[in-house]
Amino acid sequence: MGLDQRVTSRGERPTSFELEDFGPVSGREEEWRFTPVDRLAGVFAAEFSGTAAVTLAGTGSLPDGVKFEQVPRSDPRLGQASGPSDRAAAAAWAGFGQATVLSVGRGISVESPIELEVRTQGDGVAASHLAVWLEENSAATVIVDYGGGGELAETVELYLGEGARLRLLAVGEWAAGAVHASSHRARLAKDASLVHSVAVFGGELVRITPDVTFAGPGGSAELLGLALTDSGEHHESRLFVDHAAPRCTSRVTYKGALQGAGAHSVWVGDVLIRAGAVGTDTYEQNRNLVLVRGARADSVPNLEIETGEILGAGHASATGRFDDEQVFYLCSRGIDLATARRLVVHAFFAELVGRLNQPEIEARLIATVDRRLDAATQSLLTPTQQPKETLGR
Amino acid sequence: MTVLEIRDLHVSVESDEGGTPILRGVDLTVRSGETHAIMGPNGSGKSTLAYSLAGHPKYRVTSGTATLDGEDLLTMPVDGRAKAGLFLAMQYPVEVPGVTVSNFLRTAKTAIDGEAPPLRQWIKDMRQAMSNLRMDPTFAERSVNEGFSGGEKKRHEILQMELLRPKIAILDETDSGLDVDALRVVAEGVNRAKQTTGLGVMLITHYTRVLQYIRPDQVHVFVGGRIVEQGGPELADRLEEEGYDRFVA
Repeated sequence: MGLDQRVTSRGERPTSFELEDFGPVSGREEEWRFTPVDRLAGVFAAEFSGTAAVTLAGTGSLPDGVKFEQVPRSDPRLGQASGPSDRAAAAAWAGFGQATVLSVGRGISVESPIELEVRTQGDGVAASHLAVWLEENSAATVIVDYGGGGELAETVELYLGEGARLRLLAVGEWAAGAVHASSHRARLAKDASLVHSVAVFGGELVRITPDVTFAGPGGSAELLGLALTDSGEHHESRLFVDHAAPRCTSRVTYKGALQGAGAHSVWVGDVLIRAGAVGTDTYEQNRNLVLVRGARADSVPNLEIETGEILGAGHASATGRFDDEQVFYLCSRGIDLATARRLVVHAFFAELVGRLNQPEIEARLIATVDRRLDAATQSLLTPTQQPKETLGR
Repeated sequence: MTVLEIRDLHVSVESDEGGTPILRGVDLTVRSGETHAIMGPNGSGKSTLAYSLAGHPKYRVTSGTATLDGEDLLTMPVDGRAKAGLFLAMQYPVEVPGVTVSNFLRTAKTAIDGEAPPLRQWIKDMRQAMSNLRMDPTFAERSVNEGFSGGEKKRHEILQMELLRPKIAILDETDSGLDVDALRVVAEGVNRAKQTTGLGVMLITHYTRVLQYIRPDQVHVFVGGRIVEQGGPELADRLEEEGYDRFVA
């Protein structure tokens, strides 16, 4: 018997570390209804013949008080955040052999970003588990870089002790055909603060489900997301912010630009304010910019409030279109199509990228956006596909 | 001396049911420094003429030619026409959310000139041009045309024209919806561009009022997709008295 998935409140959705507790996935389930589930058959089957490695980028040297270790499944720091809430996350938990733990000791504050790389090796589905463990009053910035092809089921656990401060950026530019299902689960103790950001480029199917649980009062979480979705790509973000403790603050800002026919992006933002979470302040928003015809952005904010004694709770969702009239207007001022698209997309992402507060990462993200935009613009202009975007010929 | 030469231009509008002919053989020559008023009733094809010269994808040229200094305009992409020196001040300027006026203008100026303008000079020029058009400096940080009043949109079009310094400008009902003060400010901008850069102007309008502020060298009556009569400024006065009825029969 599987878990009862027919629940209406996100708070009642069961979590389990047992794969068998999640039944087969048909694609009709709430959490899978937007996903091309056929492409995840390998992940759901949880038969892992591929391998994945998490490595430390650069020189590999770490400041005092910071440790990067490979640990067995029995390590007590694993599984401390919330549990898997869908079959892909349970498969990722079932599938890893050793886990990687990056830990920052009590009171240690690391200035420069620590960069990790996650890559799959060989054929077949791989599983990977990374835990970032911040002890009391420690602080760090961690970049997790994804790339390459392959199929990966992954967990990223973020454990923030009292007063800990973590900035995490997960950025990926996947190869064509890559399939990546990733469950990010963060647990914030009293007064901890998390900036969690995700930037997604490429791949065939990239589905990231960040869960954030406030386990103590006074915590704050900012969740940022950027995606540039091209032809034939499915980028899905499903967030869950669980306000289980009083006086916590959460802000969610996800922005997606879609630039190819058949591009599909999904954003689902669940925010739950439990009865005990008095003094909660939360706002979530999703913005999408559709650059071409034939792309689709699904956007679903869900806000559940079980107490009236909160500071604020709101959500917003909007999808705009960069249409032929805007293209014509800009081009009629001498601006070519590639520059026009850059102008509009930069403006769209500017405020979000600025909030990362990391100039180097900002420059890197904008460069990636430009490179992918320009590539797509070129394909719009090739004679094999003569759409209306070829203006005035 | 720049010459825009339009010969026997036929244009259809594309729709799902196929093409509908709108322009039926337009002949017109506009030279530097000249102002040509194109006047006609609603639906006569005046805006189609403006948009097809600028290269809007909705319109298809079925025959005829349009050249700018001998260069074939009609085979150029939209941005190429602007770079060649053509400017269209639109009747309904388009909103571009998120993109600031200042960023937009600098990007357009860079595209037209082929190089970025020296920053200090550019800021000075932009401030001066905005001040000439009685535009508040904060305007530069607003999103292009978003939430602009009708008058602000038209001033913004003329601001672009003054800064981009085209050779020939098509003003598509730039006077419509303007009160008399705004009309005077906009007309001053057009006259300034004529004086300083020798701009040639194709002034599309429904009403003669604007012609008190921007004096035309020639007036063309546009009906049924072509020019049916032309003359000097006195023709505008006749139209004011008689309307377009005698041409519409």
